[in-house]
Amino acid sequence: MSAGPTAAPGRFVQCLHCRKTLFAKDFLAAQKVCSYCGHHHRLTWQERVDWTFDPGSFEETDVNLVSVDPLSFPEYREKLSASEAKTGLRDSVVSGTATLEGHRLSVAIADFAFMGGSMGSVAGEKITRTLELGLERRMPSVIFCASGGARMQEGLWSLMQMGKTVGAVERCRESGVPFIAVFTDPTMAGVLASYASVADVILAEPRALVGFAGSRVSKQAQVIKAPDDFQTAEFAHRSGMVDRIVPRRELRSTLATLVRALGAALPVSEKVVA
Amino acid sequence: MAANTWKEWMQGLIELEELIEKLRQALDRESEPSEHQRIEARLKEFERRRDVVLEVITTRMGPWEEVLMARAEPRPYTLDYIELCLTDFIELSGDRRYGDDKAIVGGTAFLDGQAVVVVGHQKGRNLQERTFRNFGMAKPEGYRKAMRLFRMAEQFRLPVVTFVDTPAADPGVESESRGISEAIAESMRVMFSLTVPVVSVVIGEGGSGGAIGIAVANKVLMLEHAIYSVIPPEGCAAILWRDAKKGPEAAAALRLTAKGAHEFMLVDRLLEEPFGGAHRDPASVGETVKKAIVEEFEALSKFTPSELREQRYSRFRRMGMYETA
Repeated sequence: MSAGPTAAPGRFVQCLHCRKTLFAKDFLAAQKVCSYCGHHHRLTWQERVDWTFDPGSFEETDVNLVSVDPLSFPEYREKLSASEAKTGLRDSVVSGTATLEGHRLSVAIADFAFMGGSMGSVAGEKITRTLELGLERRMPSVIFCASGGARMQEGLWSLMQMGKTVGAVERCRESGVPFIAVFTDPTMAGVLASYASVADVILAEPRALVGFAGSRVSKQAQVIKAPDDFQTAEFAHRSGMVDRIVPRRELRSTLATLVRALGAALPVSEKVVA
Repeated sequence: MAANTWKEWMQGLIELEELIEKLRQALDRESEPSEHQRIEARLKEFERRRDVVLEVITTRMGPWEEVLMARAEPRPYTLDYIELCLTDFIELSGDRRYGDDKAIVGGTAFLDGQAVVVVGHQKGRNLQERTFRNFGMAKPEGYRKAMRLFRMAEQFRLPVVTFVDTPAADPGVESESRGISEAIAESMRVMFSLTVPVVSVVIGEGGSGGAIGIAVANKVLMLEHAIYSVIPPEGCAAILWRDAKKGPEAAAALRLTAKGAHEFMLVDRLLEEPFGGAHRDPASVGETVKKAIVEEFEALSKFTPSELREQRYSRFRRMGMYETA
């Protein structure tokens, strides 16, 4: 999968959706949203952090968690190494704390470039720890999803991460600590069918792929014709599964306002003044 | 070339058994002593051959054969286990939101006199039944019915038993538009919130999210020839090797057998099946399953309600295999 138009540094980039040529500088200033068609290109975790949270506020946690190969699955180790070399990441989720307009948050950001953002033991553990840290320190959790689903190469271990992460969400609920999920392109399968869908508030980026099964499978399985926007954020929104579609330029302020509203009952001491 | 279905794989055995059945009938009809003796001898010979074939098949099962066995049509399904293990089952229907899903059944029943709530995936054996049950693939309303029953169990302090047997949740357009992902996730969340004991038994196919959606239990038991997998092997093969026919290779790589799941300690207990599979002696496998569920509830009765919830979370919390670099 291409890391997006910034992969080739130069003066110009081409929109992956409408194929129009854009000035690289303008494109980055627009947070990788095409000024012609509005296509939201995928971001790296670093771009997401830079464009969402207060500058310099992000502190990474659990940097050293690395995947093992519990099944000795064919070519898994090679794929992990290749992904690591390509992205500089150790797995598909980066976690930590950050502030957003002064509010301290527990955050996790999935990066699709690392094995399709897939959730194995490490991603599941980091998501769980993110929610648990939010719970323990009574600060809202914000998780950016970008994943094809559970990671096949870890078999049943990956499936169990669905349970584990949902269990952590349930504990946040019991304690009144908010959890906001942001569906970015794509949010699919085992991730959508676990912690992502039980967030207190669900935001989605425009036209992000959002669905349960690969679209070929689901279209084959049905006599009913799939609508044109099947398995998009807009379809999920219309179906009542997403609270709001938020354009990237409004994401930061929407999140900040939500955190202020949902976190209103949390101890004031956790709200750091920026 | 590996067989694609249980029937294909069992062809030889099925033919032998049909022959044996015919001989038995002939034996019953035959009154002439010498002819009777002759048929009897043949019958014995065929029964001996049947035993050899069964022995060979059963002792040489690889991961793919386990997949075929888990999917075998004659295997007992949820409603069979309800009949075998429980009494006075009253089926309850509907999610009170949209409809009633026939791929998940549930209701109240009694386990050795103890009232319980039971929920399970239900498959069908012939074409008509399979269509009626949507091949055991539940839609959002199935998981929402399950949740409704879980909440009812909590309200009336009833232990919960679930039977897991689904190829996958229904992946169609309707399911997407009614939120199949949310339904599965929410069902798991509700199960985590329960303060009554929950025991799940994987009886056949533990098919990914559709399976774990009703398997967030204090104890998860698994029949010897059941499977539990993050993705169907054919799907895995199609994605990794662009060839759905490489299901047997994927089945081996995924380690989806009961033995594999138990070795990884991702299921708590393996339940032995009669020689040749559960369908060869439903009464005895029913007895095994019932006994195991009773024992698990007995052990769980020592926990307080909040400890039950804690135990369930910590059971899943520890699941993960990673290293700190």
